[in-house]
Amino acid sequence: MSPIITLRDVRKTFGPLVVLDGLNMEVQRGEKVALIGPSGSGKSTVLRTIMTLETIDGGEIEIDGESLWHMKRGSRVVPANEAHLRRMRSKVGMVFQQFNLFPHWTVLKNVMNPVRTVLGLPEPEARARAEELIALVGLQDKVNQYPGRLSGGQQQRVAIARALAFRPKVMLFDEVTSALDPELVGEVLNVLRMLAHEHDLTMIMVTHQMGFAREISDRILFFEHGRIAEEGTPEKVFNCPTNDRTRAFLTAVRQA
Amino acid sequence: MSLIYEARWVLLEGALNTIIITLAASLLAGAMAFSAGLARLSSIAAVRCIALVYIEVFRGVALLVQLFWMFFVLPFFDIHLEPITTAILAIGLCNGAYGAEIVRSAISAVPRGQREAACALNYTRLQTLWRIVVPQAIPMMLPPFGNLMIELLKVTALVSLITVHDLSFQALTLQQTTMQTAAPFTAVLVGYFLIALVITGIFRLAERRAGVGLDRGGLR
Ligand SMILES: Nc1ncnc2c1ncn2[C@@H]1O[C@H](COP(=O)(O)OP(=O)(O)OP(=O)(O)O)[C@@H](O)[C@H]1O
Ligand SMILES: [Mg+2]
Repeated sequence: MSPIITLRDVRKTFGPLVVLDGLNMEVQRGEKVALIGPSGSGKSTVLRTIMTLETIDGGEIEIDGESLWHMKRGSRVVPANEAHLRRMRSKVGMVFQQFNLFPHWTVLKNVMNPVRTVLGLPEPEARARAEELIALVGLQDKVNQYPGRLSGGQQQRVAIARALAFRPKVMLFDEVTSALDPELVGEVLNVLRMLAHEHDLTMIMVTHQMGFAREISDRILFFEHGRIAEEGTPEKVFNCPTNDRTRAFLTAVRQA
Repeated sequence: MSLIYEARWVLLEGALNTIIITLAASLLAGAMAFSAGLARLSSIAAVRCIALVYIEVFRGVALLVQLFWMFFVLPFFDIHLEPITTAILAIGLCNGAYGAEIVRSAISAVPRGQREAACALNYTRLQTLWRIVVPQAIPMMLPPFGNLMIELLKVTALVSLITVHDLSFQALTLQQTTMQTAAPFTAVLVGYFLIALVITGIFRLAERRAGVGLDRGGLR
């Protein structure tokens, strides 16, 4: 089977700054991949380009065998229009470091309203789906709270439920525990652990939790200067990294 | 005091006209503020430009001049408007220009992460605007809109200069016909104050209702 996500020679610049420098990357269906690497190496940018939050300046991204930024019109290939982008986005969900819940809606509405609006699900169905997911992340007693009243860990669990409500094929997690107090990290990691057992769900996560990355990922990608400097199974990357920079990074992280 | 009692119908007519102009001009101003404020944030340059011209013209020209221009100059172009219509148009358009900046800044103050989350959830741009951004921007707009509406109430006094029988006009008339100054002007002073009080109260209520969930630092 073809990879669910392919990046081919992807370039992304912000002015003079080259953030992704001819990046090649493949993620297989159902694979759990962790992106690690120093700050500024382009990890978030990779996720954001897959989610179409950033455009790319060169190369090609394919999701589920289809080009993200281009589409076929007759026999010609033209830049993607909004309809194409929306169809592609529907395969992917994303969870952010800062949660980004909608503060004017209760927990239930945060999870239920998007699928009503975007998928057009009827209210009872959307509500049932939302309640099920809210229970899955352990927040059934918070359904009618506003996000401002929840702890960071609870908010992040709602954000995960909100993304899952669309039943995406791919979930992107961008440092989802980095904004949390240490004692709240565990509850969010537990939800991710549970998702990692979903055989069909592809997970791409940027994380600084090396222990967690090692525990649940099939493959580790070490980023440096907008490229993959080293990749492999957790055993390989963590135990016998071949790249000096990887070794230096891991040493620095372990000392922290 | 007996003068006020005798002149009560005159004063009430003035108050009624002031209230009508305030309400109608506020509605127009609100509609213009939203249209122009959103247009300022449009991705289409021509739309942004039109909004900018509207805002700068109507903010930059003295309201009195706008009133006179519409009242005395438009007839040369064979456009004849009732004095009260002129008043509503001029005041509404002028305050809409101020309001547009309130709308624009409140919309831009909604954190970018909100739009990004909506995009990741596959909302269209319009759905993002109306369901995510505007509902969070409105509580930020309400206090300055409350101020603006009170300002608007006060500038309606200018319409007495284009023969509209508003509260100020009636006071001037009473002063001239009765040769008394203190009573009529004190009466309209109280009149304006009471109307302003009602406006303040309505906005307080609206702020409380619109702020549900967004309470105190709820907007990150
Ligand atoms: N909108 C933007 N405008 C300008 N520069 C940007 C923008 N977004 C990101 N960058 C820059 O691009 C580089 C890569 O950013 P990115 O967020 O992908 O790094 P990262 O690997 O996720 O780092 P971190 O671990 O700190 O989150 C950084 O130098 C950052 O400052
Ligand atoms: Mg990052």
